[in-house]
Amino acid sequence: MPELDVPQGHSLGSAVDRQIIDKLQGGFPLCERPYAAAAEQLGIDEEELLARLRRLLDAKVLTRFGPMVQVERMGGSFVLAALAVPEARYDEVTALVNALPQVAHNYRREHALNMWFVLATETPAGIAEAIARIERDTGLTVFAFPKEREYFVEMKLAARV
Amino acid sequence: MSDFPKLDATDRALIVATQGGLPLVARPYQAIGEQVGIAGEEVVRRLQSMLESGVIRRIGAVPNHYAIGWTANGMTVWDVADDRVDELGARVGALDFVTHCYRRPRRLAGTPGAGALPDWPYNLFAMVHGASRAEVADKAAIIATLLGAECRAHEILFSTRILKKSGLRI
Repeated sequence: MPELDVPQGHSLGSAVDRQIIDKLQGGFPLCERPYAAAAEQLGIDEEELLARLRRLLDAKVLTRFGPMVQVERMGGSFVLAALAVPEARYDEVTALVNALPQVAHNYRREHALNMWFVLATETPAGIAEAIARIERDTGLTVFAFPKEREYFVEMKLAARV
Repeated sequence: MSDFPKLDATDRALIVATQGGLPLVARPYQAIGEQVGIAGEEVVRRLQSMLESGVIRRIGAVPNHYAIGWTANGMTVWDVADDRVDELGARVGALDFVTHCYRRPRRLAGTPGAGALPDWPYNLFAMVHGASRAEVADKAAIIATLLGAECRAHEILFSTRILKKSGLRI
């Protein structure tokens, strides 16, 4: 199995960190001092929650802490796309693709189509522009897989380390 | 066609100000308000309204799934009979271990836009996570059983690297 270059078996340090990850994936309070309110529910104080969040973000256990926007609900578009990147050019193409702010995330996968990324743009026309730009920059064909139906989306996973 | 809630320039400014994350200070909404030029109470009111309309899915922690133990990430793709895919897609999406499930267009060689792509007959995508590839494969086997003879082919595309995970940036 190829190696992952991401932290594996990372120790979360404490049960409190796990609680933060499991209980705070949504429902962050909308009040004057939301960290204090959330901390109270976790049985810690505001300062400790802020310190732990800072540490989890620095360690890249959390990629972000804040609102998750559904761009389609604001009139934009969200499209999965893939490239078949020659192995010798993989790093170069990764840099070109990732440079676009429209690329919200990007994964290497084991397949002839070995790069899979999601384009998120404020207008539907922005998708075609981003694809054209990637094709021009990389010289590769972008294969778009726009969704036709959404059956389920709920990306909440509990910590298991 | 627009059944989207109207976002004004201030809502948009709030999305831009928070898309990288909330400030880690005692009064984050007030801090954002100062940046955008409105009161903290107004920030709260607008975020609440965008939560209710679904522009904001949720507010909270976005974990790196690898770092919290979900080290195997498989995009499972299935070629399901067209007249059954909606019914079966809904059932696959309802499985408790599937985090995303969509119908997407097949791409067969010789069709417009397919280019040099090898045949891609898959029209149903289901994302499956696990602590190991074996766990993902076991979960995929459950999907295969559910789809039965209506599924003609499938593959699991495991991820080997997160190349980017910044989320939306407008």
